[in-house]
Amino acid sequence: MNVADMISPVVKGIPPSGIRKFFDLVNEMKDAISLSIGEPDFVTPWNIREAGIYSLEKGHTHYSPNAGFMELREEISRYMKRKYKLEYNPRNQIIVTVGGSEGIDIALRSLVGPGDEVIIPEPSFVAYKPCTIFTGATPVIVNLRAEDEFKLTPELLESAITERTKVLVLPYPNNPTGAIMTYEDLEKIVAVLRDKNIMVISDEIYAELTYEGEHVSIASFPGMEDKTLVINGFSKAYAMTGWRLGYACGHPDLIAAMYKVHQYAIMSSPTTAQYAAIEALRNSDDDVSMMVREYNRRRRVMIDGFRKAGLDCFEPRGAFYVFPSIASTGMKSADFCEKLLVEEKVAVVPGTAFGECGEGFIRACYAYSIESIFEALKRIQRFTAKCRK
Amino acid sequence: MEEILEILETNGRLSDEQIALMLGKSVDEVRAAIQRLEQEGIITGYTALVNWEKTKKEMVTALIEVKVTPQRGEGFDRVAERIYRYPEVKACYLMSGGFDLTVIVEGRSMKEVALFVAEKLAPIESVLSTSTHFVLKKYKDKGTIFEEVEKDDREAVIL
Repeated sequence: MNVADMISPVVKGIPPSGIRKFFDLVNEMKDAISLSIGEPDFVTPWNIREAGIYSLEKGHTHYSPNAGFMELREEISRYMKRKYKLEYNPRNQIIVTVGGSEGIDIALRSLVGPGDEVIIPEPSFVAYKPCTIFTGATPVIVNLRAEDEFKLTPELLESAITERTKVLVLPYPNNPTGAIMTYEDLEKIVAVLRDKNIMVISDEIYAELTYEGEHVSIASFPGMEDKTLVINGFSKAYAMTGWRLGYACGHPDLIAAMYKVHQYAIMSSPTTAQYAAIEALRNSDDDVSMMVREYNRRRRVMIDGFRKAGLDCFEPRGAFYVFPSIASTGMKSADFCEKLLVEEKVAVVPGTAFGECGEGFIRACYAYSIESIFEALKRIQRFTAKCRK
Repeated sequence: MEEILEILETNGRLSDEQIALMLGKSVDEVRAAIQRLEQEGIITGYTALVNWEKTKKEMVTALIEVKVTPQRGEGFDRVAERIYRYPEVKACYLMSGGFDLTVIVEGRSMKEVALFVAEKLAPIESVLSTSTHFVLKKYKDKGTIFEEVEKDDREAVIL
């Protein structure tokens, strides 16, 4: 039997990442300054880690309820209200998932199938498109533009909507661009969606990392509450990526459907992580704001550094990425990244990893110590100066 | 203002220019603010965290168990104060159990520490007895683990 022939055509149809070679190169070069990482450099605050350890000491090593511990869902409910003015009943409107990623997957599986269309703005997180394809639905890509600061505009949205559109993925604050959608930006999107039967999957995993202003959720607009599923989690806000814990909040009927998929695919989210997460929501606001202040400083340094390197860089106001244009160097994204890595030992990610329209851009992450960022920027400036000669 | 302090407290070696970039302020503003903080005695100095054990400099630390007679009305506080006022004393704790005070003393040599105990500490009126233990190796001090080299063990590329 040829095992390769046994693989399902759907999975086979997902193309392998075109920049695999570049990733391998980064992995080999252990001493490079890597601005190519998409997770916090901070370690989970100690009180949160300690709560996890304590739960283990007490022997809490069993399954949790499928939707997550009630105590945690109650804390999530309070948090959503306190932070984003969103009201969710912890009994039937919140489900605790294995990272935000699982939330995206089971939301799509609960909503769409063959014949349906899912609108996905790009550049964006790499999972939306494959997860859509796994369901048999069709991804409809909206190419965002640097001149719009990578926001989803009502015109772009309108042009992508067809009779078969069932879901809009709204990934803000955005990975990889760092773009956010303000109240005014969202208002226009809400106007387009008002009389349409389209569900919004609003991936707000980076919501806490919003600078110079507050994050606004599209779910907080009148009429959008039932039409929006909010995805969030602990990875980015509390530096808990390895704990794999997220949650989704929305209409009871959608949560009930997701519950079904979650129950049979996952059973329940990690128990230790849930105990840690309760502590995170209760007692870690100071840690979060400390991290946000620190990211914000690095953000300013990064924007300045890339501009000094002669690369156009719009001001990102969310997440921990900058997404400068490398058009002025005349290079392709992949070539730029490979050359920068080989010549100056700085790793950044080609924009093409996040969609075809990412060509001509690079993603640089600032979840890295300020000393390393200063050093990396110095090298990038030296590199671009050399390229222009 | 407070953010400048937060930055300098974690890294006192960043330049005014770097701090200005981090805060989105002008270099002049930052320079003036730091000057003011220094004048007001809010920034009282700049120091380095040093692991002396990696240098050639001789340094010894001793943990001294001290038994004392508590004084009427004052308890242990009065005698403790007479001990912790000495600059050689780096830390002083009131203990439960077999003795009363833990006193951490630093000196250039064992002899120096021994002299301090014999000439300063033991003669204090309410001190009944002392028992001196010298530190052989420091694993962690002031929240810093000395042997541990912090390394970034994140995956090289995460999308």
